[in-house]
Amino acid sequence: MNWGWIPRNLGLVAELTVEHSWLALLPLLLGLLISVPLAWLATRTPLARSVLVTATGLLYTVPSLALIVMLPLLLGLQILDPLNLVVALTIYTVALLVRSIADALDAVPSVVVAAATAMGYTPLRRFVAVEMPLAIPVTVAGLRVAAVSNMSLVTVGAIVGLGGLGLLFTDGFQRDIPAEIITGIVVVLVLALIVDALLLVVGRLITPWARTGQAAGRQR
Amino acid sequence: MNAIVEWFTDPANWTGPDGVPTRLGEHLFYTLLALSIAALIAIPIGLWIGHTGRGGFAVVSLANSLRALPTFGVLVLLANSFGIGLAPPIVALVVLAIPPVLAGTYAGVQAVDRAIVDAARGMGMGEREILTRVELPNGLPLIIGGLRSATLQIIATATIAAYVALGGLGRYIIDGLSVRDFAEMAAGSILLALLAIVTDLVLAGLQRALVSPGLRPAQASRPRPRRLRAVA
Repeated sequence: MNWGWIPRNLGLVAELTVEHSWLALLPLLLGLLISVPLAWLATRTPLARSVLVTATGLLYTVPSLALIVMLPLLLGLQILDPLNLVVALTIYTVALLVRSIADALDAVPSVVVAAATAMGYTPLRRFVAVEMPLAIPVTVAGLRVAAVSNMSLVTVGAIVGLGGLGLLFTDGFQRDIPAEIITGIVVVLVLALIVDALLLVVGRLITPWARTGQAAGRQR
Repeated sequence: MNAIVEWFTDPANWTGPDGVPTRLGEHLFYTLLALSIAALIAIPIGLWIGHTGRGGFAVVSLANSLRALPTFGVLVLLANSFGIGLAPPIVALVVLAIPPVLAGTYAGVQAVDRAIVDAARGMGMGEREILTRVELPNGLPLIIGGLRSATLQIIATATIAAYVALGGLGRYIIDGLSVRDFAEMAAGSILLALLAIVTDLVLAGLQRALVSPGLRPAQASRPRPRRLRAVA
């Protein structure tokens, strides 16, 4: 085991870590921005819901490597364009989030919605200020799953030559440097745990009512 | 696009060791093998943990943290340490399939209404009977749900395993990539998408067929009283 590889390549690891992070997190942000309106649409009509749930469910089943290879053809991009990976991971994020946000929106008590309407909220303002905030805990839970799985999926891109920490796997395998592969696994794990913890904290911070209201709010 | 159609209509791609039937058979074989081993390990443990309620937190945490493990890295590391061949990738597939099956089985048994379990006990059922005749059938939707996500995980990871010289449909992507044959890569990815979708539909059908009809309306009309557990 040539552990000497690690100190000699700290610069490379740092560089790939930065690249890896944005390749995983940009799709997370895009996925969230796309999922919220789609989830809203899904709660409007049963038809939209079944179409969206079926479509995202199908997309989610497509193996990651297959999707990464298929997208350049569908989008007319070069196979080595990092945009392929961003689009693929955005699709997975949307597939994960739409359903859970839609369920969370459905779970908003109808009395709360009725009260907001009675107070004069327009539908859009009610959605932004009442329904969506109440769906935050479930949305954050979905985001955490998506963030962790994105961190791992970015490495698959290295098979077709895209960047990120997966390059440590392909390079370590070809040049027979186990220390390089292990470094990649550990850094990906640590990144995933950090993002997971950050999302958990942010989710708690932006829903102060969930902490104080849980015990009292349940009682009728 | 024409090149892809040509690839699919070329008879040479449908016979021999690199033909679609062989590669598809390999992929299904790896999937079934890994899923069976994972199920044999994870279902009994999940049932026991769900039934006794011991170690539930550990299972959920383990399943969650294993999701962060980069599957490609695990495959490459195992192949690097133990050489290429069938065993290292299959071990990786099993390791990755265990958490969803375990979590699904545990959640399925654990979510069974405690009142039903108490009723079964009141009727004089032994612990084994409660587990096999009450908790297992009632928890089946979530157990099969766990098997479904494990299966998709295995199909996707077996694809990547072509990088470490495993057979299966992933070969078309890896081999196509090495000679810049984009038609072959595209054909492989189309076949893989179809395989994953069809497999998931079959398992969804199985889920519908196996789960007791008595569970369906009950599930839709009332949320499961999860909190009862803490009260009892």
